[in-house]
Amino acid sequence: MISSTQRETLRINDLHVSVGDREILRGVNLTFHRGETHALMGPNGSGKSTLGYAIMGHPGYDVTRGSIELVTAEGQSLNVLEMEPNERARVGIFLAFQRPMSIPGVKMADFLRHATTNVRRPDRKEGEELLPMRDFRKELKAKMEQLRMDPEFARRYVNDGFSGGEMKRAEILQMAMLRPKFAILDETDSGLDVDAVRLASQSIAEIGGAEMGILIITHHDKLLEHNRPDFTHVMLGGRIVETGGPELAEELHRSGYDRIRSQYPDAAADEAAMRQEKHVEPAAG
Amino acid sequence: MATELKPDTNELGLGEINKYDFRNAEKYIFKSRKGLDAQIVHQISDMKDEPQWMRDFRLQSLEIFNSKPMPRWGGNIDIDFQDIFYYIKPSDRQGRSWDDVPDDIKRTFDKLGIPEAEKKFLAGVKAQYESEVVYGSLREDLSKQGVIFTDTDSAVREYPDLVREYFSKIIPPTDNKFAALNSAVWSGGSFIYVPKGVKIEFPLQAYFRINAESMGQFERTLIIVDEGAQIHYVEGCTAPMYSTESLHSAVVEIIVKKHARCRYTTIQNWANNIYNLVTKRAVAYENAVMEWIDGNLGSRLTMKYPAVYMLEPGARGEILSIAFASNGQHQDAGAKVVHAAPHTSSRIISKSISKNGGRSSYRGLVKIEPGARKSKSNVVCDALILDSNSRSDTYPYIEVDEQDVSIGHEASVSKIGEEQLFYLTSRGLSEAEASTMIVSGFIEPLVKELPMEYAVEMNRLIELQMEGTVG
Repeated sequence: MISSTQRETLRINDLHVSVGDREILRGVNLTFHRGETHALMGPNGSGKSTLGYAIMGHPGYDVTRGSIELVTAEGQSLNVLEMEPNERARVGIFLAFQRPMSIPGVKMADFLRHATTNVRRPDRKEGEELLPMRDFRKELKAKMEQLRMDPEFARRYVNDGFSGGEMKRAEILQMAMLRPKFAILDETDSGLDVDAVRLASQSIAEIGGAEMGILIITHHDKLLEHNRPDFTHVMLGGRIVETGGPELAEELHRSGYDRIRSQYPDAAADEAAMRQEKHVEPAAG
Repeated sequence: MATELKPDTNELGLGEINKYDFRNAEKYIFKSRKGLDAQIVHQISDMKDEPQWMRDFRLQSLEIFNSKPMPRWGGNIDIDFQDIFYYIKPSDRQGRSWDDVPDDIKRTFDKLGIPEAEKKFLAGVKAQYESEVVYGSLREDLSKQGVIFTDTDSAVREYPDLVREYFSKIIPPTDNKFAALNSAVWSGGSFIYVPKGVKIEFPLQAYFRINAESMGQFERTLIIVDEGAQIHYVEGCTAPMYSTESLHSAVVEIIVKKHARCRYTTIQNWANNIYNLVTKRAVAYENAVMEWIDGNLGSRLTMKYPAVYMLEPGARGEILSIAFASNGQHQDAGAKVVHAAPHTSSRIISKSISKNGGRSSYRGLVKIEPGARKSKSNVVCDALILDSNSRSDTYPYIEVDEQDVSIGHEASVSKIGEEQLFYLTSRGLSEAEASTMIVSGFIEPLVKELPMEYAVEMNRLIELQMEGTVG
């Protein structure tokens, strides 16, 4: 049982991603297994969020080369790049957004019931029954209690008028309900105060536990407090230049990226060039 | 309970709504020849055995109709008035039980779910098929309290004093070309009188069905809500799809007396070849409240601007309108509020959605007359455009002849964003489900004002409209 679960793998190989005619990812290799926690760190603009979007299938991010493969418990290999975002969700991939979108007029509970039904019943046809209301409500209530969320939250419109902290907790709630196999958390700590980060960190640990493969994109080590990474990856200039254990995250948090930049001059040059391009583009400001 | 969720079944709605497009063979008691002239008007009046004053009123209205030019604003009206049947009588009497209604017509309303809804949550029903009301009911306790709910033809015979006092006083035939047309050839519609202090808890519903091709339906509704009384009236409308256009041109007049309340809800889902050119107007007296909730989903062209004239202090008018225009449709909908007394207030909320080449327009008038001090009006109109072929326009008119007033106007136009769609699809929703969810959210502030059964119905209709939107 355990061995079959451990084999579930998300494998990213030589991934190149462009937005418009700007190449942002320049050959990313990353493999993670269900049950592992990975930290992805790197300076601003190094391509971390782009990796999250590309894995989830954002239509604005063109994969020009490479592959993303999901190996199931049965050992089947799925080509993730051929899937629409909703199909990716249904095979167990989840992205917690750095800036979640608001959907005015749509209640959290309604949205979550739809999403949860679709993800848990991948064969459901549109218009077919949703998860039974009673069971769904019960589960949602329990998860919200676990995350110390006000029950009123379920009645609010999705991310509409949410504070930064509420948005991030709503993302974690969604993760809790959808129970993905692989979750990418894109700067779930950004914009939160210390206590909120601690709460988020704790919640991720409680919910993810050993069940999920978690990739935490972060600048800080606070989010890692309760989620000690098995692996730490450093991204620079659109590729992963170094992988280590939890001590690498601690080092980067303490000393910054100077050592990395001097040790990987090619990637550092790419990073500088990418930053230059970004400045030229008027929309980037 | 932590959550409050919408029901996702259509248990109480108006029936199998994706089955609107069916038609019955034409078996009529009487069908006028095509075209419009004095002879046709006489024929209608003869069939109804009307008093002379009504016949004279019709003939005079016909002259007004002929003398008035077509409106030069709004949408393109391409109607050959001589190519329409103005009067079709489907059965020889109005049923008081559904068993008295001819079989094929009864089956029609069964399919539309009316008898079912009647059993579950309505206080009374009128079902109009072509030109005549073929079924009518009113809960006994209400009729005992003096509530009148009948078709307008019967009202002319049975309540001549009430009818003569109010009929065409709010909307005279001179008001506009289509009001004149209705006045000349009107048939059917609801007549309601709610006596002083009577509060009707459950809605009264009318359902208008056009079955014949090239048909003109011209119902005439008159509602009088006496002092302190309350009513919620709901109308639904459907028709099968033909290759030629049909015309629906109603006149609705409402009098809301001191401290009374009236809510009038329309869920219009006409086939996409119907011209829906309707005049609706209410007058509200001291502290009275008039609310129009106007859902326009069907028709080829709708031109409809429900109005509230606030004639005495404290009167309030609210108009909530939803318009959905898809391929080949133009919804020119809006609202009109006239503040003719001090301390009156009004609110207009309009939400329009355009997709697949559809066009929706908000056209509204806020008028504050001299002396209407301390009046308040607030207008919010939001448009959502689903693709680049579709169009949305806003024509807000504000006329203020008084200094001491407060007027607000906000308008917004938005498109469904790629980022919103991506967010929802990343949670397992298909693009179509995601778009539908965004649209439902967009109209939610209005749908939540509806009784649950109609909210469910409205959401179902939106889902139907959204089908096939993406991919």
